[in-house]
This record gives sequence, structure tokens and C-alpha cells, in this order.
Amino acid sequence: MITLDSKVPKGNLSEKWTNHKFNMKLVNPSNKRKYDVIVVGTGLAGASAAATLGELGYKVKAFTFHDSSRRAHSIAAQGGINAAKDYQNDGDSVFRLYYDTIKGGDFRSREANTYRLAEVSNNIIDQCVAQGVPFAREYGGTLANRSFGGAQVSRTFYARGETGQQLLLGAYSSLNRQIKLGTVEMYNRREMLDLVVVDGKAKGITVRNLITGEVESYAAQAVVLATGGYMNVYYLSTNAMMSNATAIWRAHKKGAAFANPCYTQIHPTCLPVHGEGQSKLVLMSESLRNDGRIWVPNIVGEKRPINEIPESDRDYYLERRYPSFGNLAPRDISSRSAKYACDAGKGVNGGRAVYLDFADAIKRIGEDAVREKYGNLFEMYENITAENPYKVPMQIYPAPHYAMGGLWVDYNLMSSIPGLFVAGEANFSDHGANRLGASALMQGLADGYFVIPYTISNYFGSEKPEKDDVNKSEFKEAKESVNESSNKLLSINGKQTVDDIHKKLGELLIDKVGMSRDEAGLKGVITKIADLREEFWNDVKVVGESEDINLNLERAGRVADFLELGELIAVDALNRDESCGAHFREEHQTEEGEAIRNDEEFAYVAAWEYEKAGKWNLHKENLEFESVKLATRSYK
Amino acid sequence: MKDNKINLTLKIWRQESAKAKGNFEEFKVAVSPNSSVLEMFDELNNKLEKEGKTPIAFESDCREGICGTCGIVINGHPHGSKNKTATCQMHMRSFTEGETIYLEPFRATAFPILRDLMVDRSGLDNIQQAGGYVSFNTGSAPDGNAIPISKEVAALSLDAAECIGCGACVAACKNSSAMLFVSAKVSQFALLPQGQAERYERVQNMIIAHDESGFGSCTNTYACEAECPKGISVSNIARMNRDYFVSNMKLQNI
Repeated sequence: MITLDSKVPKGNLSEKWTNHKFNMKLVNPSNKRKYDVIVVGTGLAGASAAATLGELGYKVKAFTFHDSSRRAHSIAAQGGINAAKDYQNDGDSVFRLYYDTIKGGDFRSREANTYRLAEVSNNIIDQCVAQGVPFAREYGGTLANRSFGGAQVSRTFYARGETGQQLLLGAYSSLNRQIKLGTVEMYNRREMLDLVVVDGKAKGITVRNLITGEVESYAAQAVVLATGGYMNVYYLSTNAMMSNATAIWRAHKKGAAFANPCYTQIHPTCLPVHGEGQSKLVLMSESLRNDGRIWVPNIVGEKRPINEIPESDRDYYLERRYPSFGNLAPRDISSRSAKYACDAGKGVNGGRAVYLDFADAIKRIGEDAVREKYGNLFEMYENITAENPYKVPMQIYPAPHYAMGGLWVDYNLMSSIPGLFVAGEANFSDHGANRLGASALMQGLADGYFVIPYTISNYFGSEKPEKDDVNKSEFKEAKESVNESSNKLLSINGKQTVDDIHKKLGELLIDKVGMSRDEAGLKGVITKIADLREEFWNDVKVVGESEDINLNLERAGRVADFLELGELIAVDALNRDESCGAHFREEHQTEEGEAIRNDEEFAYVAAWEYEKAGKWNLHKENLEFESVKLATRSYK
Repeated sequence: MKDNKINLTLKIWRQESAKAKGNFEEFKVAVSPNSSVLEMFDELNNKLEKEGKTPIAFESDCREGICGTCGIVINGHPHGSKNKTATCQMHMRSFTEGETIYLEPFRATAFPILRDLMVDRSGLDNIQQAGGYVSFNTGSAPDGNAIPISKEVAALSLDAAECIGCGACVAACKNSSAMLFVSAKVSQFALLPQGQAERYERVQNMIIAHDESGFGSCTNTYACEAECPKGISVSNIARMNRDYFVSNMKLQNI
């Protein structure tokens, strides 16, 4: 039975982290080498945590399923990273960054965590600059900033459209230095398949060596999971092909509570699906909505070529429904409206795409001015679609992008299993029901560089956990269960491929647990996912052997977990009988289609405890707000 | 987007392991011109899996041209013939109806083949571990604006830092040299004030690790720059060579 204790320190919001750091137990430098830490995942959060723990003197084992740490999907983040530096002298502050983040999350995050995120944001920029991250600069040599959605100040630091790449390579370089110094042992091409819990504490992991197929056990006194988000549960998303939930899901099945799984962000401006063979979706910068006008044909089944559709037969639906915000309506509203238009059969050629039209902008400011602003994005669009957006309107459609939900953690980023810490997108902690742009990089690095290194020391200092031997029965059992599940997958020999079933799951989820949800749809989809899981275990075909390179088997294991997680997302969405942030329940909206929160009944974190497949127990962590007043978002 | 499928003959390199003998296997496919090369592989593999056959092993992850995981030699060109494009961004409309396409792994002694189109590029990580960093612990940084860096220098440094570590430069080079890769990291730091303290030690250590990992020497053919999906410039190699020369002088106290 799980008990949720957020362990938020007492005191004023702005003093909590400082006081907590003083009150936490330390480990004497010469004792640090007696402690082993396992870090799983070496993206922004994992690489920064592993490097920093190594610098402190702990013995670190870092694991990635990639061939190199530099491949993690943090690398694909484009826009930038927020920090409350106030270099622009435009009135920014730690409190403002905190307020924007908690409001952007529709008041569903834990106040103290979000404040700490804003507090350490400035250290992150300093840290990255010192590492040699080539951020954009002004002519005078100072750091440049750009503005981003959800904020009225300019606080986003960037390196062209490759900020994630540069920050990840910075963390990767720190990690490489520790590998050379011998404080971090790096294990590439290893996929975590189980968490080992001994006497209620996390003591190690079981991994599959993706080259030899061998199942290996590793022991430590603490385990950090930094394995990213789970949006590939929708099959098509902006996540990388291999991004998955397996590490956090297996930990969940060993007792770690899963929090707010239904908070999944669908980004409004992505390229539409081109056909059945589509493998993933590509995001286009939201900045396009500054000049592009979004529309669909007014007539269902419109057959005329675009240039023959007169203005009177075009529906600029965002401008019509939200006259003051128009095409710049927030992410969730824009996404939902596109879905409604396509549901009504008004999508481009009756399919799932809407127009993003620059004809008026080109008329107004000229093609050259448009090129200057968006040239690289137009080029990218043309490369992928072979259509020239200066001549023909772009086609866009929303795509699953980021998971705000994840494993439940307390203020120390420790899960409900003592000794198991969770960092970055894998945890649920800082973004509430919706994440603002340029905040994911910030959170990954905050957790890895500036939070976990302190709180792990506190865990060691106060709990003094013993190291266990990998020959202990718990390790052997974990290994056996991994082997058993691989063998089972390989022996089914059914008729459908892993991708066939994953696609079906994605279609169910995006339709009923995507941009808008309702009670009947959710109830129906819960049964359907359970049936699909049944279908998978009876009819999937996985080829090859387990003692070998087997990419098919790797995917099968991940999809098996998605089939359980997918159901929990729907269960959580059904339980949360309110609309908030990215979670929109049809039953709870104003006449204008605005979300209606229910603070009296739902100002809590829903943390789910696993009982068995398809059965969870709900635990609630009430959210208390001391320093902000809960307000309703308005875009009038 | 038009979706009339095109018919192609694929000659794909199949090889069980590093030690096994490989050969081209032929497949006939009909594919949408809007699919990427990797999506064509997905479809083909899905078909093979259905038939109970071993799918073709290839690697990919972000499919946005930034992670550097994918890498296939297409008709003799690493990442295909399209300029500044990674394999994942190559679309089937670049090919014509009835065409035969040769698909091979990145070939180099330092990149042993793991299976089919999958190679082991861990040599590139060894080079980074030898010195591709600024030695500096978390928590000791001065304010970001305490180190002014001109806009031009920051941009030049970023030009080099954009390397995605895919290894196309090695596959393109007749000597299998990774000098473009090494010089990109050396240049990123050599240009910045933060990189000065270890500037000469870094270039020494990274070049030693490069040679020890089995990569060949650079003979300035510039094939690397021509095939690089990020357009990393060979002028970085010149910059690295200057630093390497100075570092040798320093070592000998000249």
C-alpha cells in the first residue's frame, strides 16, 4: 500500500529549497565512493545527473539503449530554454517564471517543485555557457533572448533552431569527462527491462544487452530513471522512433505510483499524415501562426482546387470563434478546433489536415519579408511534402508531443519506492496539466544538475542503504521473468505484426483520449484497449531469437507495455471529471469552448498504484496553493 | 500530396554479423513517393515479419535529421545524393519508376558491421571521451554574461558544433578518416574563451584517440564535406591542424 508524502519543506515558498538544502543530510567525501548509483537514460536529465554524481565522487553506472548518449531525443528540441535571468530588463523574475509555469499548467502542479524549477533556471544557463554551449549572442557579446508562448517577457535562450542538440551535447561532454576520469561506467545498447526491489527499496536493474541478447543484472544503492516520455503510446507522435515507456512502466509494476497519465500534450502545428506508411510526425514551429491564416473549406466534400474556392466558401474557424486571439489561440484550443473541423468532414480533401495559408501575408508584406521570417521552415516543409508553401497553402494537423504525466515523485524527486529517483520527462513533477514552450529542456537539466545530486546524498546520508549482491534471489527472479516474457513473445507466432497492433492502439487513443475526451468514449475505449491487449498476446508475430540482435523483439516488449499504459491513460482521463490544460472533457466547457476546471473536487494529483493488468488503485495528493490565486484562463 | 506508388528494385546489403560474409539481397517494392527511405524500410520489414522472415536491421531514431542514428549508403553516397540531407530526410520521390537502388552500411574498418545496415560507431565516442569537453564541475560557473563572446565567434563555434556524429564523413573518406568529426569538436572549443585552458592538450588527446580507434589519416580530398548532412566545413580541419602543429611545438618546448 502506497502512502504519498510530498515532503514539501516548511517555510516561505522562496526559502523552501535553500532551507531544504541546509537541512538535508550530507555524505562525507571519502564515504561517497562507497555508494553506487545506477542512472538509466542519458538524455538531458540522465547525462547531467550521471556527470554531476560522478563529479561528487559517487560510483555511477549509466545505461542507454542507444549506441551513444548523444542520440537521446532531447537532441530534437528546437526552440530554446527558459531562465529568469531578466537580461532584457523587462521585468522578469524567478517569481514571474514560476507564475507563468504554474498558470500555464492550469494550476495542477505542485507549487514548491515549480518554484524550485524557476529558481535554479539561472544556474542552468551559467552552467551551459561555462561548458562551451554556443548560445546565440548579441553584437556586444551578451547572451541573446527570444520570446515564447505563454509569457510576456523575453526569457528564452537559444542556439539557432538546435538548442536541444547543443544542450544535450554539453551534458554529453560532461558525461564523457567523467567516463574518462573513471567515476562513470558507461553501458551503451542496454535496455532496462526490470527494476529490482529488495526489502522495499530500489537496489538494481535488469537489462537486455541489445547486441548479444544477454540479460544482465546490476546492483546499486539507488536507481535514477531518466528515460523520457511516453507519447509514442499514440503510435504517431513527434517523439523519436525508439522513445518508450518500458523502464518507467516496469518500475510502476514494481510499486512506483504513476501520476496524471492523462496529461498528454498535442501540439497544433505539425505536418499531417501523408499515408499509411507514416512512421512519425514532424513538428513545425508555432511561430508560423503569427502570419498564417488557418482555414478549411465550408462545404463538406469540397472538390474544387484551392484557387477556385472563393473566400465565401472558406471557414477561418479560429478567427470566427476567437475574434480577439484568432490564429494565435492557445495550443489546446487550436488543436481541438482542427479536430472538430476534420471530424465534420471539412478537412483538406475530406482528410485530417487544415490549411495554414500565407497568401494574405505575402500580399501584405511581400514574399521576401515572409522568407526572411520563416525561410528555413518553408524549406523544411517543401523538402518533406514537395509543395511550395509560397504558392500553395501549407497543410497542418495536431500531433502528440509531450507527456506531462509520469512516475509520481516527492519534492526530492524520489518515487513511491525508496531509492528510486525519477528525472526529466519521465516524472510528473513540474508542468501540471500543460507544459509551456522552452520548459522541457529547463526541467531536464534542473533535475539532473541541481536537484537529484543533492537529494540522493540526503537519501544515502539518512537511510544508509546497503548494497546487495546480484546473486540475491530478487535479482535472479527479475532476470527469469525478463527471459520468460521474451520467450513468450517469441512463441506466440500469430498473424499480426507488432506495428499492426501498435497502430490500432494509436488510433483508439488519438480518437478517444486525444484532444478531447468524454465519458462514453472513454468507457468504450477502456474495454477496447483491454481487448486489443488480449489480441496482442494471442496473435502477435515476433520473429528471431532472444540471444541475438532482435529489433523486432525490442519493439514487441515496448508495445506490450504501451497496451497497459494506454488503458491507464484512459482510466485517469475518465476519473478526472473536469477540463484542465491538455485534458479536455467535452462535458466541461463554456459556450465558447473554454475548459472549465473543478478546483473543489480535482485540485489533486492522481497517483495510480498498480494491482494487476487493467486494475489500479487511486491515491490522491491534494494540491495546496499558498502563493497564487487560482484563476480561470481567458482568451477573449 | 499525390500518392501514386512507384515500383523499385532494392539491392540491400545483408550480413549476419561482423565475421559473416555479406551479400546483396534483392527486393521489389511499390512505395509512396511521399514516404522517406526509412519508411520504405518499415513497410518492407513489416511484410517480412508477417512472412516470418528476419527483418532488415537498420538504425534510426529522431527521423528529423538531428540525432545522427541513421546512416545508409544509397547508390554509393552516405545518406544519399541529396545535399545536406540525412537518410531519414530522403524521400522516395527522389527516385524514378523502375529504378534499382543499392543500399549499404557505412563501411570503414573502424565501423564493424553488427548486422545488415547496422554498424558499431563507438570509436566516435572514444574520441569524445579523450577530450571533447571543457573540464569544469557543476555549480562552479560564473554568470553567463560574465564571458562576453562576439556574435560572429558564437556563430562560427555553432557552425562546428552542429555535427550530428553520424559518421558519414568516415564512410565518404577513402582513408576512413574521422578528421571532419574530430575537427568539429576541436574547433567549437578552440574558438570560444571557455575552451582555451585545455586547447592544446585537447587536440593532442583527441587525435591520439582517433588514430587508436582505427580511423585513417586525412589526405584532404574533401569528400567528407561533400557528404556531410550538416555541411560541416573542412576549414575546421585546417583550424585543427594549426592547433595540432602548435601543440606539438609546445610539447617539445619550442
